[in-house]
Amino acid sequence: MLTVPARSAAPSGPILAVSNLTVSLKRGDAWNAVVRNLNFEIAAGETLAIVGESGSGKSVTALSTMQLLPRGISRIEGSIKLAGRELLGLPETEMVKIRGNDMAMIFQEPMTSLNPVMPIGDQIAESIRFHRGVTQAQARADALRLMERVRIPDAKRRYGQFPYQFSGGMRQRVMIAIALACKPALLIADEPTTALDVTIQAQVLSLIKELQEEEGMAVLFITHDMGVVAEVADRTLVMYRGDQIETGTTAEVFARPAQPYTRALLSAVPQLGSMREHAKPHPFPIFDIATGEAALERELPDIRQKQAPPLLDVKGLSVRFDIRSSLLRRVTTRVHAVENVSFNLARGETLAIVGESGCGKSTMGRVIAGLRKPSSGHVELDGRDLAGLSQHELSRHVQMVFQDPFASLNPRLTVGKAIQEPLQIHHLSSPKERVEIAADLLQRVGLSPEVAQRYPHEFSGGQRQRICIARALALQPGMLVADEAVSALDVSVKAQVVNLLMDLQQELKLGIVFISHDMAVVERISHRVAVMYLGEIVEIGERAEVFGNPRHPYTRRLLDAVPMPDPARRHYRRNLTGDGELRSPLKPRGFVPPQRHYEEIKPGHLVQVPGPEWA
Amino acid sequence: MAWFLQRVALSIVLLWVVTTLVFLSIYMVPGDPVELLLSQDGAAPDRATIELIREDLGLNKPIHVQYVEKMSALARGDLGRSMVDDRPIGREIALRLPRTLELIGAAALISLLIGLPAGVVAALKQGRAFDRFASLVTGFAQGVPVFVVGTLMILVLSQLLKLMPAGGFVAYASDPIGHLKLLFMPAVAIGIGLSAILFRITRASMKDVLPLDFVRTAHAKGLPERYVIVRHVLRNALMPVITVFALQLGGLLGGTVLVEYVFNWPGLSGMLVSAVSARDYPTVTAVILVISALFIGLNLVVDILYGLADPRVRK
Amino acid sequence: MISAFRNWPSALFLCLIALSLLAPLLPIHDPLAMNIASRFAPPSWAFPLGQDEYGRDILSRLVWALRSAMFIAISAALLSGAIGSALGIIGGFSRGATEVLTMRSMDIILCFPPLLLAMLAVTLYGPGSLTLIPVLALVFVPSFTRVAHASVLTVRSQEYVDAARGMGAGAGRIMLRTILPNILGPLIVQFSFVMAVTVVLESGLSFLGLGVLPPAPSLGLMIGTGRATLAQAPMLLVWPCLVLSLLILVLNAFCDRLRDWFDPRHVHGTGN
Repeated sequence: MLTVPARSAAPSGPILAVSNLTVSLKRGDAWNAVVRNLNFEIAAGETLAIVGESGSGKSVTALSTMQLLPRGISRIEGSIKLAGRELLGLPETEMVKIRGNDMAMIFQEPMTSLNPVMPIGDQIAESIRFHRGVTQAQARADALRLMERVRIPDAKRRYGQFPYQFSGGMRQRVMIAIALACKPALLIADEPTTALDVTIQAQVLSLIKELQEEEGMAVLFITHDMGVVAEVADRTLVMYRGDQIETGTTAEVFARPAQPYTRALLSAVPQLGSMREHAKPHPFPIFDIATGEAALERELPDIRQKQAPPLLDVKGLSVRFDIRSSLLRRVTTRVHAVENVSFNLARGETLAIVGESGCGKSTMGRVIAGLRKPSSGHVELDGRDLAGLSQHELSRHVQMVFQDPFASLNPRLTVGKAIQEPLQIHHLSSPKERVEIAADLLQRVGLSPEVAQRYPHEFSGGQRQRICIARALALQPGMLVADEAVSALDVSVKAQVVNLLMDLQQELKLGIVFISHDMAVVERISHRVAVMYLGEIVEIGERAEVFGNPRHPYTRRLLDAVPMPDPARRHYRRNLTGDGELRSPLKPRGFVPPQRHYEEIKPGHLVQVPGPEWA
Repeated sequence: MAWFLQRVALSIVLLWVVTTLVFLSIYMVPGDPVELLLSQDGAAPDRATIELIREDLGLNKPIHVQYVEKMSALARGDLGRSMVDDRPIGREIALRLPRTLELIGAAALISLLIGLPAGVVAALKQGRAFDRFASLVTGFAQGVPVFVVGTLMILVLSQLLKLMPAGGFVAYASDPIGHLKLLFMPAVAIGIGLSAILFRITRASMKDVLPLDFVRTAHAKGLPERYVIVRHVLRNALMPVITVFALQLGGLLGGTVLVEYVFNWPGLSGMLVSAVSARDYPTVTAVILVISALFIGLNLVVDILYGLADPRVRK
Repeated sequence: MISAFRNWPSALFLCLIALSLLAPLLPIHDPLAMNIASRFAPPSWAFPLGQDEYGRDILSRLVWALRSAMFIAISAALLSGAIGSALGIIGGFSRGATEVLTMRSMDIILCFPPLLLAMLAVTLYGPGSLTLIPVLALVFVPSFTRVAHASVLTVRSQEYVDAARGMGAGAGRIMLRTILPNILGPLIVQFSFVMAVTVVLESGLSFLGLGVLPPAPSLGLMIGTGRATLAQAPMLLVWPCLVLSLLILVLNAFCDRLRDWFDPRHVHGTGN
């Protein structure tokens, strides 16, 4: 076993020292350097964040340190020293003793990172058994203690359960327990909270922080989220396409970024609270990655038609899914996905619907777009009840933009054909006109008309999302439903697509329902905001009102949990938001939802009177 | 537990539907089934014979009466009598079925000893010499029909080299060595193809599991390679292997017909082939019923094994 | 295009198709013409592979047997492919009772081992190609249904299907224009696989004398009758065994090649 300097005594050197690290991956017959000449050190008790957009080489760096890259197709050069000991060139038999013992790693995908057919507890105990050589019973006792330390409630019972019985946040706690099993000197966390909801992210991050303080570990934190960096990192290393662009203390890097790319990256980050001075939506400033300079800021006129009858009027909408027992197909439980929701939307207005996974926001979007039938309640579009409209008719008025730009375009259709498809379905215009319309739409969303002949896989995520927007506009609908439409995009691209939506809204007087979990983007784009929790709207009002004066406890919790890309305003330590999980919208058959009352704070700002569960 | 009961209930329903379908199969023939069954050599059968057969098969009664009679007979374990020699079919099946099962068991054992380990090794050494060689061989072996393998084995091993008896059967009790000697060739003939299939599915399934995230987690824990392969990779990779293997074994319940025929192994097949040739409808349906029932039973066992191995299934 | 040698399965597959199609035009003897005088004649210029127990040309019989095997395999695979895929797509797309009904009825067919189902049909309808094709088709319907259904399940949750619904496309259009092109890959792979299995099954039945009827040339039948003259003329047995094995090998290799081709993990260039 590796001898690590005693953690209580003053450490004699850095825990991890990486110098001149170059990593190449084999593609076909050629070697591609995906990380070039990287240098950094991490001391005990310190957190270094490596930050960058997709393809920057940050995850490869983490995997190289653990030496988990597939052998044969990867080549690591330079030096990686753990507590003074060179890791490169160590035989696998030695690495096995170091991994999970002296250094440990947690991964991005808690859903797939655990063995689905092995009890949770055993997956923790396994590591202890191999590295410590203790008995089965001893390992089990240690694993139970660890589960309690990462605050998995009811650890004894949950020891024998399987991963599918755990939520994402709980699985990530299990991963942390596994990583901490042998008290490693170095913890590598590769995007550990990216797949989690924001309130769960806050809990997991503060748990890592707390454990780090107790154990004095060095932490290497890989992320793309500047907010998370500001919250957790002592020092920050910025990577861009395999190169180390900038390194410094987090405060320095954020306050005085030296490189244009860092400046552009930081400026593109949606920052909650940056809209305090603006009452109306406001485009993102777009920064040039080469110079770091911003384009001129623009003001957008308010085109909302508040006086006219609403474009969309939702009254008492509920959606429930039946869950049947497998044997007799009786309804045993129901998912109350959307529960008695009412709101409206004016022409030219953007209403954001925010909330965490399972809150019903996507279901509601699908109902409005006609893709799902409501269980009760009414949706009126331009004064016409949706129930009386066929999908065919409805599609002329409402179109949807989906979350995953890689899944929302039919891979077998060229981009041009994809944009023409709605026109073809509705037998609008001649084939020749359709080609022209498609070309025009491509131009509108900022793409060249020449790309019409290409297939979706030739485009990047941001370009695909532009194509999807073009397709949605082909039928000239009055309204768009954007379901997490920018969530899968890198920050710089995200800003551009959000601006595009705002410009299109100006031109076409679109009403937009913008469904998102990203509070900072919502703050930019929306006129009004509705906060959903467990299928109900708990707060709705003008954006400046809801963000500036949140009244419902859940709205506050949600806003508090958003990481701030500002190291001076670290707030997780003060605001530890408990260890609760999102409650389930699953209710037994015959469940009667409680009668809710709303309080009007200001005209248009409604807050649900919190039930006893918030006391 | 609810899950378990559900599987059992489903199997029983399936068995009932299958039995009913087999019962009805004779009515699915256009025209008079009896006439069709008898019109083998193109000569029109005489009326008296037709009536006799009709009486014999109970076809002169109303269909629901026939159905109830047939089902209650089956429930008592009575499989009926042969149309050709009037012998009780059940007794004949009871005599021959164990021989067929023995053959399948021997072939399964061969394939488990060869195909499974070879598949695991090939997946771990992807692209290396062993993988390429084994993939080539099995690519050939899985394709060649079992009766071709059997026939060629007889040609080479018995006819040319005179190493093995060409076929036949002696009871184990009377001559154990002779019994095993005669078992060898048909079991190998089936075992070759089965090994090839098992090899391929094991290799493919391992290849699917190896790059998964949780395998990386296991490596990150610093577990020894061999332990990761056995406890994490193989444990997950075996699920589809079990399914395919069971499906293959089920297929063999019918597929041994050809091998038994080639090697004169007196299992169910001899009975079935001659019954089909003679258009002995009661015998054919009885054998098919028995085999299908075994097949359903096998699937039930696999489902339950699967549920025990994978907690997600039980949910 | 890297190397023609690497794609030998496809090349050989095309050769087999050409040979089957051109059989009537080739300068070979009538496969049914008997000549008792030259029974078991050894190879000669006129009869390169010799003559069989009735003095028929072995080479010509092999070519015609190949043709009949291909014809039966392709017809049966097409028939079951069309029915099975349609059922799978409709079942997978409409969900609910339709889905349960289609998939359960497939489970029922799957309770019968294929060879047995074919034998039951032969008992009822008598042997011959006319029985063979529909029966073989029926046997493989469930496999297509399952493949189609499984593929639809993955495709139908893709957002582009929702997008098509959202633009007002009807169920028929979505199934034919949106879903079908995206599940064609697995279906084509399944088609080539079923072709190979059909050849095996057909030859097996013919071998037992329950498939193609004599005197029509069939590989299984030739192997079956060749057994009787094993000691006398082993080549009568060896030739059809070789041709049958080769045919199945080519079909399997072709199927593997298609599978690799359509494997989503092998798609090149995702554009980001």
